[in-house]
This record gives sequence, structure tokens and C-alpha cells, in this order.
Amino acid sequence: MLRLIAQRLGLGFGTLLAASLLIFVGTEILPGDLASAVLQNSATPESLAEMRKELGLDRPAYVRYAEWLGGVATGDFGHSLASHRDVIEEITPRLTNTVFLAVYAALLAVPLAIVLGLMAAIWQGGIYDRLVNFVTLLTISVPEYLVGYILIKYLSVHYAWFPSLANVTPDTPFGDRLVLTFLPVLTLTLVVVAHMMRMTRASVLNIMASPYIEMAFLKGLPKWQVVVRHAFPNALAPIINVIALNLAYLIVGVVVVEAVFVYPGLGQLMVDAVSKHDVPVVQAAGLIFAAAFILLNMTADILAIVSNPRLRHPR
Amino acid sequence: MSQRPGKSGRIAGENILHVEQLRVEVRTDRGPGPVLVDNVSFDLRRGEVLGLIGESGAGKSTIGLTTLGYTRGGCYITGGKLDFEGRDIRQMSGAERRALRGPGVAYIAQSAAASFNPSHTLMQQVCEIPVKHGIMSMDDARKEAVKLFRELELPNPDTFGNRYPHQVSGGQLQRAMAAMAMAARPDILVFDEPTTALDVTTQVEVLASFRKLIREHGTAAIYITHDLAVVAQIADHIMVLRHGKMVEYGTSDQILQEPRQEYTQRLVADRAAGHTFRDDVASGALPILAVQNVTASYRSLAKVIDGVSVEVRKGDTVAVVGESGSGKSTLARVIIGLLPREAGDIQFQGQSLPPALANRSKDQLRRIQMIYQMPDVALNPNQTLLEIIGRPVQFYFGRSNAEVRRRVLELLHMMDLPEAFITRRPGELSGGQKQRVGIARALAAEPDLIICDEVTSALDQLVGEEILKLLKKLQDDLGLAYLFITHDLGTVKRIANKVAVMLKGKLVAGGETSKVFAPPYHPYTELLLSSVPEMRSDWLDQVLTGRAKTIAAVRAAQVQLPG
Repeated sequence: MLRLIAQRLGLGFGTLLAASLLIFVGTEILPGDLASAVLQNSATPESLAEMRKELGLDRPAYVRYAEWLGGVATGDFGHSLASHRDVIEEITPRLTNTVFLAVYAALLAVPLAIVLGLMAAIWQGGIYDRLVNFVTLLTISVPEYLVGYILIKYLSVHYAWFPSLANVTPDTPFGDRLVLTFLPVLTLTLVVVAHMMRMTRASVLNIMASPYIEMAFLKGLPKWQVVVRHAFPNALAPIINVIALNLAYLIVGVVVVEAVFVYPGLGQLMVDAVSKHDVPVVQAAGLIFAAAFILLNMTADILAIVSNPRLRHPR
Repeated sequence: MSQRPGKSGRIAGENILHVEQLRVEVRTDRGPGPVLVDNVSFDLRRGEVLGLIGESGAGKSTIGLTTLGYTRGGCYITGGKLDFEGRDIRQMSGAERRALRGPGVAYIAQSAAASFNPSHTLMQQVCEIPVKHGIMSMDDARKEAVKLFRELELPNPDTFGNRYPHQVSGGQLQRAMAAMAMAARPDILVFDEPTTALDVTTQVEVLASFRKLIREHGTAAIYITHDLAVVAQIADHIMVLRHGKMVEYGTSDQILQEPRQEYTQRLVADRAAGHTFRDDVASGALPILAVQNVTASYRSLAKVIDGVSVEVRKGDTVAVVGESGSGKSTLARVIIGLLPREAGDIQFQGQSLPPALANRSKDQLRRIQMIYQMPDVALNPNQTLLEIIGRPVQFYFGRSNAEVRRRVLELLHMMDLPEAFITRRPGELSGGQKQRVGIARALAAEPDLIICDEVTSALDQLVGEEILKLLKKLQDDLGLAYLFITHDLGTVKRIANKVAVMLKGKLVAGGETSKVFAPPYHPYTELLLSSVPEMRSDWLDQVLTGRAKTIAAVRAAQVQLPG
């Protein structure tokens, strides 16, 4: 088992390296370069060449890639071109906000999805099952900005229970943060619950056809115990994978929700940086997103390995 | 033994289960389906064991499950009475039925490997019935479980329960399931083919443990099996079932010795056959296939077959026998080339065959064909019989479509299958018919040698018998040679003129069947032969008395084996 886990770790690291290359190449082929972005309208061919030399852009791409990667490895992401601040300083508060939102949404969505999914499996084919399937299909099909605006219209404008703007600052106390970010969290929850809940239901029902499930019924256990004790532990691997995908989405894919609720997250920062041609920030944000995605999926793989009793307890 | 309230009034011989005119039907969305059990009645007294016997589709498992108030998806009890201690199971509420399952009637399934939850330890699962039904505390249940493990002669009974199902052997798992069923001292145990998935030598021991358990606790039992000889060892009464209807009911001795119904007579006669050797074979002068000192392994781990030599001549039927893990199926894969050999040589018609399938010529491939254990898995469900059987004709001989069609019809005719089947797909055929298609496909290549890998073990007894007859007829007509891989020693005596006995990847005995299967035996051959259940009710007692000595002899012989 340890060998399998080591393999996954190695694979994860390799993927991250490949992602860093893609990010570098991606920012390389963006129209225009750093020099023209810095000089903007005052650019003449001569000044451009001068600037490129100054920035080291005249050197071959692989040298610059190696330099960048070396910097990243030692924690140096360079300086923002827009604000001239250290990229780490620029990104840290934004990343904290994004992680806060993701963790908050995950703590709400994951248990909710699993409980709803198990209940749907227990009452398979019943009214509850059909209702929860229908509602979650609805929330997954409606675009998230629309869900966000509907929530704002009713919960914020109509009833005024929650604020519509999630404009937190680093000094906002924890309790206020929870209230301020509740609507974006609810939006995200509605979007991700469906996927996880459906996978929980499907993989539990898949296990329900096994002979050991029939045996559990023949031991006189009530259905909810059969589902929770006997089916669920064996259905974990696919559920963990879907949870990881959704958690990754909560970190990487929330830019639309951030925009709707004017939340200062990393996604917004990255979009701004792209429009300003702030290459070091774009690269750093991209790398962080890639790392989050890979880390979560790798964790899911490792947990799936650990959840298999055959690997956990060898002969 | 701690008695629980309500069970103190157990009187031996008292009627505990009364089944009357039971009827079970399949109901689908489109209306009523087939009737699985029709008009079956019987009584079960405390301490009595009833054997239910029949082929697949006889409804025996369905009857067993109804005594727990349970039917599989889509099946419904539509008639009759099921009285357990005077209360009709059909009238019980859901909660009453759950209370019945486990403490009242407990179930032991065919495949323990599939029926234990892989995520929990054996102890957790064995204690589940008494604890969840509130009969014992977890501590008491653990103590009971250890006692049962000891009674069932499981190794290290004190720590056995800490293991996970995949960590113990098949025979041990099957006994652990008996402990699980027995944990709350049920009134009735339902055994559903509990030894079918085991090797013959393991079957003897498991069967003996079951019988001891039932006798010592005086528990009533329903024992379901397709093997008359097995049920004869354990049951007081036997009910023979066919297509969901009762054929015959009587004491075990009466059913075995003077069966009244024609169907029972056929079952008995067929099972009892196989004590005469086959000596009508004129083997060819030169071997077609010569396996010489072949060694092979999977991913270079331990050797799965080790220095094995086998010879097949024209007209021969050579049986390769052994228990699971003996390497007999691996030998087939090595001959076919699916698993390249690591040492030794395989000669076909005097020429060395390349080890790997990919390096063999089309003609070498054509001359050795294979028939598989599970026709369900070996035939593509999306192809018609024309495509399945026609493919080798087209591949090896490159015939035109019309010629392929003519050849397929000819082969169907040889298999006693109607011509109209040419457009059918495997899903529309019965198990025996599918196996005939498998044979036709092998014959389509016009091979010299056919490797038959457990070809009858997935089939019912009488259907399997028909397949064996067909193979024999084809051999006589076409002069084929067979390499017959099987664990069924009864079949070997009747069909094979030569036999190779394998144990843990090595050949322990080989040669003419009439010599290998006659004294003086190799000790392992003797153990195997003595483990095949016989049609007398005192067989198990006899086997058990001489067994310790035979096993000691096998152990001693194994040490002497080369390598």
C-alpha cells in the first residue's frame, strides 16, 4: 500500500511540473509581451528592444522558464507589474479569502450531499428520492450567476436576511465573515451538492446488488442500517473522487460567484491580472490553482486506496 | 449455553415450520412472470434436517429464502401458508419479519467470499445478529463467537475474528458464516449450497463441521444442494424439486435406494455412474502434444506450474485434475500461449511451439482450440451464432459468405441445435445450448486438439452429462484429442483414458486412468478420490475415520517431491 501511495505522490508532483510548463507556455503566447505592456503607448521599436533586454526577454524561453521555476521553488514569484509589490504579498490575502469561502462551502455541502444521497438510496424510487433528484438537477442546470442573483433578490433584497455584497477586508471579524459570505456559500453549495449527492446515491445503489447486502437483510437489519453500515463503506471510493473534484471546483472555478457578490478572491485577482497583462501574477495564480486541483485529486486517490480493506489489511 | 427467554420451551420433535401450498411468482411491470415455486408443502421438526435437491431453476433457493420472509427483487409469495412456530410469516409486519431473520431463521449462503462484507472484520459481522437484535451485549456475543469458532475447528479461535474476510481461506470463511448464522442460536438454519464453491477435500471437512454443529445444538435445518451425495450425508428427509414443483419427498435412504419417480431415478443413476473405467481408446503412436518440464509463473512471482510434463496422443482424452490453485488452468493457458512458459518445451506434432501466442503461426493457432468454463462470458452477447461460429471459418480458411453460412449450419447440425438458431444471440439460449455453441466454435477451426476447461462445471448435472456424451461422439467421429481440465473426479473415470494429477503446480501422478485411480495410489490421489461424496448415508463417517492417516501421508509425500 505504501508503494501505491508513494506512486501517487510522485505522479502528483510530475503533473504539477507539467502544469507549470503549460502555464508558462500559456503566458508566453498571450498576445503582446511584458515589454509592450509596460511601455504601452510610448513604445517604439527601439525602446521595446531596450526594455526586452532589460527584462531579460531576449534570452531563450527555456532559460526564463528554468529561472522562473527556480524562483518558485524558493518562494520567489517575482513582482507584480501593476502594483510593483511582491506577488506573494499581492496574492496572500486573496488566497486566504478564496480558501475561506471554499472551506465554508465544503463544510456545508459535503455532509449535506452525503446525507441527502444516503436518504435517497434508502427510499429509492419513493417521492423523496424523486423530489431530491429533481431539485438537485435543477440547481445544477441553472447557471450559478443566476442562482446567485435569485438568492440576492429574495434573501437580500426582499427579506433582507443576508447582505448581497460579500466585501470582506482582512480586518473583518470571523463572525461577520460568516454572515457576509453566506449567500456566495449558499450559491456554491447549491451548485456542488447535486453532483456529490447523485454520486453517493448511485454508488450506494450499485453496492446494494451485492450478496453481502442481501446477507445483511437476512440478518434482520433495517434498511437504513444496511445502507449506512454495509453499503456506504464499500461505496466510498467513487464518492471521495467526486467530492475531490467538487472541492477543487470550489477553489478554482468560483470566479463568477466572486464577481456576482463582489468578493475579493483569487479568481477575481487573476482575471484582473490577465486584463492588465500582469504576467507574474497570472503565473502565480495559475500555479496555485493547478496545485490545489492536483493536491485534492491526489488526496482523493490516496483516500480511495486507504478505504480499500484489501490494501489496508494485506493477507 | 445461555438460553434466551421464549426459547426455553424447545421440545425436540415438535413441529416448528409448516409450509403449505407455497407459491412464488415473478411480477414485472408488464404483468405476471414465470412461477418459481408452485404448490410446495412440507413440515420441519426441531432437530430435523430437510434436504432440498434439484437443478438450477428448481426453486430451491427461493423456498429457502421464503422461510426468512424474504424474496429476491421482483418475486412475490402469491399463495400458501408459511407458519413459523404457529405464526404465518406472510402476515408478519416488517418489524416482526426482521425479528425473525437471524434469531428465528438464519441463512448460510453459497459463496461466503461474496456474502461477507469486505469492509468489516469477521467478528463485527458474526456478532451483528445477537447484538443488533438486543439478545446479547457485544462482550457476550464475542465470547459466544469465539466458542463457535472453536466448535467449528477454526484456527486460533481467540483471534480469528479480528481478521477481514479476504484474509482467510474459502473453507474457513464458509465455517465463519456458519458461526455467523448460529450466533443467536436460531431455531432453523437454512444452508444454501454451502459447499458447492469449495474444493472436494475442503468440502468433506466443512460438511463434517456443519453436521456436528447441527447435531450438537439440535437445530432444525434446511439443506439446499444440487448434489444428492452431499445431502445424503446430512439430511433426514429429502425433497426433490424440478421447475418449482415437488417431484418426490421421502426419507434420505428411500430417495437414494428406491427412488419412485422417473426424474429422481435418473438423478440417482447418473450420480452413481462412473465407477467403470474407459478402456476403449486406441491412442495414436506419436504424441500430438508433448509438454516437457514446463515451468511458468505470473509476473515472475512464485512458480504456478513447476516442471510439468504431459503427453496427448490422437484419440486420447487426458484429464488434468487438481484443486483450485493447483495450476491446472494455468497449464491450459501456457499450452495455448496466453501465458508464455519460462522453461521447458511444448511440442506440437513434433515441432516446438513458440512460447507466446503472438509468435505462433495461423496454422499452429488453428490446431489447438479451447472450450471455456463459462459460456456466458466466453460468447459475445452482441453477435449472432452465425458471426460467433463463422468467425473462425472465415479467419482460418478465408471462405466466402455463402460457404461460411453452409459450414455454420453443418456445425449447428452436429451440435443437435436447430438451424433457425443461426440468427440468434447467446442471450436467447439456455446454458447447455450456449456450451454447444462454444464447442461448435472450437470445431469450426478443425483442430487436432481441444482443451476443455471445466466445461461442465457451470452446467446442471443432467445437462453436463449430455455435453460429455456429445464430446465423446465428436471424438469418435473426428478422431479429436482432448485435454480435459476438471476438478470432478467422477467425470474423469468415465471419459478420460489418461489422467494427470496436479498439486500446487506440480504433477504428483500421471498415466492411464485405470492405473492411477487404482491401488496402490499416490497418497494425494487417494485423498482426492476418497473426498468425492458417495451415494450412501454412512460415507462421511467412513471417510472421516481414515482421513487423518491419508492427510499425514500426503504431507509426507509432498516433502519428498522434487524441487
